[in-house]
Amino acid sequence: MFTTQNYLVASTLDEAYERNQKPKSTILGGCGWLKMGRRAMSTAIDLSGLGLDNITETEDFFELGAMVTLRQMETHEGLSAYFGDCIAQSVKQIVGVQFRNGATIGGSIWGRFGFSDPLTLFLALDAQVVLHQGGVVALSDFVHMPYDRDILTMVRLPKRGQRTVYLSHRAAATDFPVLAVAVSETEGQRIAAVGARPMRAERVLGTDEEGAEVFAQRCAEELDFASNLRGSAEFRAHLCRVLVRRAVQALEEV
Amino acid sequence: MEISYVLNGRKYTDDVSPAQPLTEYLRSKGCFSVKRGCETSNCGLCTVLVEGKPVLSCSTLTARINGKTVETLEGLQEQAEEIGGYLAGEGAEQCGFCSPGLIMNIIGMLRELKNPTEEQIRNYLAGNLCRCTGYVGQLRAIRKYLAEKEEA
Repeated sequence: MFTTQNYLVASTLDEAYERNQKPKSTILGGCGWLKMGRRAMSTAIDLSGLGLDNITETEDFFELGAMVTLRQMETHEGLSAYFGDCIAQSVKQIVGVQFRNGATIGGSIWGRFGFSDPLTLFLALDAQVVLHQGGVVALSDFVHMPYDRDILTMVRLPKRGQRTVYLSHRAAATDFPVLAVAVSETEGQRIAAVGARPMRAERVLGTDEEGAEVFAQRCAEELDFASNLRGSAEFRAHLCRVLVRRAVQALEEV
Repeated sequence: MEISYVLNGRKYTDDVSPAQPLTEYLRSKGCFSVKRGCETSNCGLCTVLVEGKPVLSCSTLTARINGKTVETLEGLQEQAEEIGGYLAGEGAEQCGFCSPGLIMNIIGMLRELKNPTEEQIRNYLAGNLCRCTGYVGQLRAIRKYLAEKEEA
């Protein structure tokens, strides 16, 4: 468990940002991951009083506040009406309902964890993040940025008529994925994102004219894979070929 | 930090360590049904209801129940006993250590889902681990409980 000298329930984002400039300050998400470490914080900064726990639909985006829980995303009718069941599929294996009622999308995306299911899906959906200082940044850029002292306030999912399929392979139900795959198509453009390689998710771009098998083979060749206790690099490359092919084929049904 | 909240129907105002996990805080208030079965936010044993929704108290900071309603097994004795009776009746449990968390999550599920299907039950309860059994008896008990509830 982490420890902290001070606990700040921030009353404005500016206040949270200012206090977060101290190197030992930490912004709290749902704490499911943070609690596993032993970080010694000077100030733990709680954003839960800032109204960042809403999902809002605008003309061009679905806007998810940083404190929206994974369970809110999973059960949100507007999201499933627009994106189908890919969002629910991407989170339903994450530990359990109780965990997902606590875990936040801000924490998941800020962490840019190698094992992250939502990071993988949101890369395929071409999501953007909104940073308090840095403004709007494409998630595909954010995923490569180093950790800094900014604050992620919102994740935006663009409404581009995407058809999307999410698949993962797990050694056991509710475990971390051995490999996570999301494929999305809109207006002939195809984006595949592959996560749990076990490094941070990466994208491969293409068009819907490329056959499922050829595209899946290209993904497996262009991306790097590594070994850990959940699987070898070779097994992950194999899974990549299989899951990308299945996802592209399944898109025809979406 | 001073917080106010409702625990099992009773209003409290208390000076708390804000970053203390809710598990330990609730135990200090006499809620000994709330236990830790793991250290990895995985087992579901520490489940309590906050604003009626099941959460892992091991991963919830005490500061975050400020202004909220918290329920533990201690405050849901009648329903817990009823569900526990079905679990025992089906021989579902061996050591029983995991059952407080399972029963809390079953109660959370019943508040959220009407007539859940087998798949919905499995998905909802996937975060409650039992190391003695294969969950077959528990599922039998839950189906029986739901069926008899519906008839009543």
